Amino acid sequence: MINTETLQPAEPLVPRTHYLNANYGIKSWLLTKDHKRIALLYLASVTAFFFLGGVFALLIRLELLTPKGDLVQPETYNKLFTMHGIVMIFFFLIPAIPAVLGNFLLPMMLGAKDLAFPKINLLSWYIYNVGAIFTLYAIIAGGVDTGWTFYTPLSSVYSNGNVIAVALGIFINGFSSILTGLNFIVTIHTMRAPGLTWFRLPLFVWAHYATSLIQILGTPVLAVTIVLLALERLFGVGIFSPSLGGDPILFQHLFWFYSHPAVYIMILPSMGVISEIIATFSRKKIFGYKFVAFSSLAIAVYGFLVWGHHMFVSGQSVYAGMVFSFLSYFVAIPSAVKVFNWTATLYKGSISYATPMLYAFGFIGLFIIGGMTGLFLAALGLDVHLTDTYFVVAHFHYIMVGGAVMGYMGGMHYWWPKISGRMYPEGWAKLSALIVFLGFNLTFFPQFLAGYMGMPRRYHAYADQFQVLNVLSTAGASVLGVGYLMPMIYFIWSMRYGPIASANPWPGSGLEWQTASPPPTENFIDTPTVTWEAYEFEEGQNLNVPVAAK
Amino acid sequence: MADSHAVTHHSALAHHFDNMEQQREAGSLGMWVFLLTEIMFFGGAFTAYIVYRNLPSAPNKPSISEAFVAASNTLNVKLGLINTIILICSSLTMALAVYYAQTGVRRKQIIFLLLTMVLGTAFLVIKGFEYADKIKHHHIPGKQFEFAEPFQHQAQIFFTIYFAMTGLHALHMIIGIGILLVITWMAWRKRFSPEWHAPVELFGLYWHFVDIVWIFLFPLLYLLGYHLHSGGGH
Repeated sequence: MINTETLQPAEPLVPRTHYLNANYGIKSWLLTKDHKRIALLYLASVTAFFFLGGVFALLIRLELLTPKGDLVQPETYNKLFTMHGIVMIFFFLIPAIPAVLGNFLLPMMLGAKDLAFPKINLLSWYIYNVGAIFTLYAIIAGGVDTGWTFYTPLSSVYSNGNVIAVALGIFINGFSSILTGLNFIVTIHTMRAPGLTWFRLPLFVWAHYATSLIQILGTPVLAVTIVLLALERLFGVGIFSPSLGGDPILFQHLFWFYSHPAVYIMILPSMGVISEIIATFSRKKIFGYKFVAFSSLAIAVYGFLVWGHHMFVSGQSVYAGMVFSFLSYFVAIPSAVKVFNWTATLYKGSISYATPMLYAFGFIGLFIIGGMTGLFLAALGLDVHLTDTYFVVAHFHYIMVGGAVMGYMGGMHYWWPKISGRMYPEGWAKLSALIVFLGFNLTFFPQFLAGYMGMPRRYHAYADQFQVLNVLSTAGASVLGVGYLMPMIYFIWSMRYGPIASANPWPGSGLEWQTASPPPTENFIDTPTVTWEAYEFEEGQNLNVPVAAK
Repeated sequence: MADSHAVTHHSALAHHFDNMEQQREAGSLGMWVFLLTEIMFFGGAFTAYIVYRNLPSAPNKPSISEAFVAASNTLNVKLGLINTIILICSSLTMALAVYYAQTGVRRKQIIFLLLTMVLGTAFLVIKGFEYADKIKHHHIPGKQFEFAEPFQHQAQIFFTIYFAMTGLHALHMIIGIGILLVITWMAWRKRFSPEWHAPVELFGLYWHFVDIVWIFLFPLLYLLGYHLHSGGGH
């Protein structure tokens, strides 16, 4: 049973001191050990990189407006898609949800005062920025053109770009990811409030636990791969380049051993967000809680066994290809468990269409398309036709943007009252969710068609017959850009002018809603004792949809 | 770290933990998770080693496993063995340092920390002599690399892996000795007690891990000749 008092959203509880006004000054932020402030530092960093990556995307789409390569040089185009990928993957998608929302919420969801290692948490943000500086330097110094995949021997011998600077940036940035994962795992194991058993944890926490496992097990392999790549490039010693006696396929194996699971680092936290939103806005316990919890772990484990599906045409043995193809189908099972269980949760729920829920619906729809087309690509024979076409590009954008970013945006709206203590304007927010959904589909659905008809990826020019689809895609990208700019504007606006948010505006069932908005530095005045299961909403409790400022 | 609000709290208890037990558990789990990442880090390099050692040779090219044997035979097994013994001894002294931290015998704790540091440094010095020998014989991969034909190409792969792995291992040793300095200084300043000596205990785990890596590196790199020589190998 939930304590009814704490769920009453009526009185706007504004504590005199909370984590935002506890102390002031640049030092109080740059030297903070408060997980909530570190989350906001991360928010600033990843948002900056999101827009930088967006600028690269914009230039790519502009070039592809016409079949001829008329806007930029081919080399420049190579650099654009490479830097778009590197910035978006390593500096936005991987840290976005764990380091911002996870950092902010995990201790609160566990009823803890902070993460287990607050100093390491701050250190991880600094490491992220040091990695970012190297990467930005490389971009300014002329960029890198190998694709975000750094395939050898192009990257280790032939490329003229700043491979070493970018590789060093990613290497350093990896440690921030490792430290975040390490911190989360230890915190979840050792800092749960009294009574908060594993099966009473919010699914957001389970998803982050699974994500952290991938971060700590996968990232070090990328690190050592980058070390070997750097050795070959700097000293001309043979390790991956065939001309030096090395094996280029080995690089691909090592690279994808991290980089495929990295996809799950991006999508799993998002799935955790969706579970929270779906439960709150349908006022129901998540259907099959344990299945959803374990499906996160299953995705993390299977995710490590499928990397070879990136290499069906790379010259790996056909038997390896068959095994990887089979295992890739296998990952679809825990993913489908989640989608089915979310849908079953909606069934007979008291659904309300607040902005976070709109993003959650968007996530489910787009993730289904992204997931199903993933099965196309996991099929050994069909993949030979689709490899290196826009079909692949569309597929992974449906997962990473349609999935991960939709979840991130939904989560930002859902927890914004907790983070800022203010409500965002609901009408504008709904409009932005709609614009993002439409813009996204307009951008990426045509790419499925172009790819299936054979348009290859990573070229700055293309055959005339694909122009209509590419114009649609570019138009969609502009709409999508507007959709992403809007929240940034009204979030900043709401920090000053938004209506004051109560402690639990939706109301949600997790511990994070039982403390003030914004929370005090210590999160809870007294450590809470948990006596209820996750997502226990009271019968007949009406959802109090916040009213936007009039 | 040392801001205790209540009289009953130990001075080393951080504000966000409820009690020392929870803090110790978190620290120890954190270290084990970190070591897990280290295993994966070295694991990538071990994978490269295994792949190349078992790579089927191209037609009309010398077999790569024979090249590995030939290259392995140029390593100084005697020095490698001495280093192995040194590291095992340093693990013992480290374990004793942890033991005396737990029992609160400060003088012996410091002695064994210093001994560990000396043994670690001895390892690095011997490794340095080995590296110098490699430079003399042009066994450093790169443009200057020389090796008896027909293994010129394949032996270079072996030495790339040899230097990458022993180099990363040595880097871990150097970092370890740096941390040892800090811990010894802390012990000198009477910072540890039987109730709180987490840095000694956690560093002990790290030091043993670095040892274990070497226990794998030694046979894989130095003793290949003994292992694959007569049997014809792969």
